[in-house]
Amino acid sequence: MQMTDHFNDIITLAHGGGGLLSQQLVDEIFVPAFSNVYLAPLGDSAMVRAGRETLAFTTDSFTVDPLFFPGGDIGRLAVCGTVNDLAVSGADPKFLSAGMIIEEGLPVSTLGRIVRSMKTAADQAGVSIVTGDTKVVEKGKGDGIFINTSGVGIVRGGLVYSTSNIAPGDRIIVNGPLGNHGMAVMTAREGFGFSSTIDSDVAPLNGLIRAMQKTGADIHMMRDATRGGAATVLNEIASAAGVTIEVDEPAVPVSEPVRGACELLGFDPLYVANEGVIVVFAAPGHAGSLVEEMRRHPFGTQSAVIGTVKDRSGGMVVLRTTIGSSRILDMLTGEMLPRIC
Amino acid sequence: MCLAVPMQLEEITGDRGIVTIGGAKREIGLNLLPDARKGDFVLVHAGFAIQKIDEKEARETIELFREMERLA
Amino acid sequence: MKYIDEFRRKEPVQALLRSITDCSAGYSAEAPMTFMEVCGTHTMTIARSGIRAMLPPSVRLISGPGCPVCVTPNAFIDHAVELARRSDSIITTFGDMMRVPGSRSSLSMERASGSDIRVVTSALDALDLAKKNSGRPVVFLGVGFETTAPTIAASLYMARQEHISNFFVLSAHKTMPPPMDMLSRGSIAIHGYLCPGHVSAVIGADAYRFLPEKYGIACVVAGFEPLDILQSIAMLAKQVRENRPGVEIAYTRAVTRQGNYAARAMMEKVFDPCDSEWRGLGVIPGSGLALSPTYAAFDAGARFSVTVPPPQEHKGCRCGDVLQATIIPSQCGLFGTVCTPASPAGPCMVSTEGTCAAYYKYLRHREAGPLPV
Repeated sequence: MQMTDHFNDIITLAHGGGGLLSQQLVDEIFVPAFSNVYLAPLGDSAMVRAGRETLAFTTDSFTVDPLFFPGGDIGRLAVCGTVNDLAVSGADPKFLSAGMIIEEGLPVSTLGRIVRSMKTAADQAGVSIVTGDTKVVEKGKGDGIFINTSGVGIVRGGLVYSTSNIAPGDRIIVNGPLGNHGMAVMTAREGFGFSSTIDSDVAPLNGLIRAMQKTGADIHMMRDATRGGAATVLNEIASAAGVTIEVDEPAVPVSEPVRGACELLGFDPLYVANEGVIVVFAAPGHAGSLVEEMRRHPFGTQSAVIGTVKDRSGGMVVLRTTIGSSRILDMLTGEMLPRIC
Repeated sequence: MCLAVPMQLEEITGDRGIVTIGGAKREIGLNLLPDARKGDFVLVHAGFAIQKIDEKEARETIELFREMERLA
Repeated sequence: MKYIDEFRRKEPVQALLRSITDCSAGYSAEAPMTFMEVCGTHTMTIARSGIRAMLPPSVRLISGPGCPVCVTPNAFIDHAVELARRSDSIITTFGDMMRVPGSRSSLSMERASGSDIRVVTSALDALDLAKKNSGRPVVFLGVGFETTAPTIAASLYMARQEHISNFFVLSAHKTMPPPMDMLSRGSIAIHGYLCPGHVSAVIGADAYRFLPEKYGIACVVAGFEPLDILQSIAMLAKQVRENRPGVEIAYTRAVTRQGNYAARAMMEKVFDPCDSEWRGLGVIPGSGLALSPTYAAFDAGARFSVTVPPPQEHKGCRCGDVLQATIIPSQCGLFGTVCTPASPAGPCMVSTEGTCAAYYKYLRHREAGPLPV
């Protein structure tokens, strides 16, 4: 039996990393099985009709170790993650469900802290958690707690963000520094042996997005950059839109502590998970004023243009490096593991 | 191989030290660099300081590069 | 970040490239000035910084067997897998080894199947784990050249001082100058070596003197930031142009002629040189490090008798040829089809600094023409 055959027989952690292997699961298992017109676009949310309204509907499951990390916790993650998936689809997030799978032995007080954090995040986002479910599994069969949130939002006024809107010349904008969430969680884990001052950036971004929409700027597409980082989102979008994207490495905002932590572990901030970062494609004439408006919002103070859509030559992302050379910014394969080489 | 990062030695306790870069801190072994002093910049690899960064040489190399820019 | 950012700036690049172009004027794309790097971290940083595309066609950079993960034979992974399958063991390893395919499995797959395998960033972490789990054997997979071996040596030294009886090391450590000697006698014409900066911080630049003296090959000890690498290539090109092969240190902020005596002494206390098999190159005498008799009690290979089935290479895997630079990755029949980063057939593809991984990530698009931007 060849090694390469066996690799495809079992699910490994690499399949959950958000890169190529995760994509393979979607393409080879989920889409063929579920196959329908709402799923096909594979957007952050599905757009469904309810009478004359268009609703955005999305779901996300959360597992994180440790449950509480600098800047947030699994509860806050669960609410913000789903709120953001709805908001980047152009919808106004309204209602969430919360499904909990709890491992036997989790202290009730811990559950209380998580739930209160969810309420705080929901209030901040202006959404209500209207239904839920709880299951308990045997000790050893769950990482403390898994949370699934599904959400519904209302799409107003014909706003359609789609990769098909993207055109050469579009500017690519991010609302803040990259890599905070992933490195905050790494730091909080036992065994990687280092401490830092990094806080997760987990935040509900629907308020920021609403402010951006109010400017009337010509926004073509947006997506939140979660696991796999900004590089993954850019690759997904480049591929879906069939365009070549150029990223200007010096323009990408990364905080000093995150840079230091990434150097230590051998990570590239472009691939590190975020929970409060959106990647936005906007028409060139509007990018400047859009960034200015974003900088006025607490979750956009370090907004910056980081790249441009070059042409329709193919779905690739090219990085212009700090020394002025160019190289491909490829999809992540497998989990990013700390390395010594 | 090998990923080694220049970090500043902030504290020494016996044969262990605390090094820092951009706010990230790590505890490392100093057994391979017994003459390391607080404030030194050291090369950190796999949890140990493996060599001291010669700051004078570092400055000279940086100056060399700046000189190149000026001539360009 | 101090002593990092200053070496990633673009302004000095043009001057360095001009110097490289001038010095290599007598060479061409068909018969280029050829420099080999023998450090996986160099392979990766050269690829990530896009330096190859900036060099004139008269200069060719090739990768040698500098990735310690890539040169580790299949049999080592197979041995580690058998140790992992013991019910009470905790296997600790650097992240680099997790996804490397052995003959039938990998550490990552064994973990998925229930073995207790943990990624650590230092052998000290493994030692700590042993102290906290006194009832269970903790085995550390020792991989790496002279940059890393002293850190494992120090951890073993501490384990012995503190009488930790459940800490073990399975050593696949190797030393760097021996394969450079072998390659210099081989079929590829090498004008110069980019010597590994961090190995050199330990062994000292003088360790390479035999290369210019015996073979007339230029040597420059190179750092890892983009400007360090460009500067080193410029210095190599100058040595070759002026026909004065020697050993120069470009990475002066971290490397001296003598290296780190304390680190070498620690290695000598704990390890003895031994013959070692390099994947694709065969056995190179005296190129490995084995636990000395004083430390036999910590040797996982001696302590645990496991049956390791005979090793099996993937048919068609040409990692060995890639490691000797006799082919480039795209010339391997499995490259990009059967063997990709998502499903690697050999270590050169899965290792974060393997030549094939670097090629796949950064260079394969170039075959189709220059980058569109």
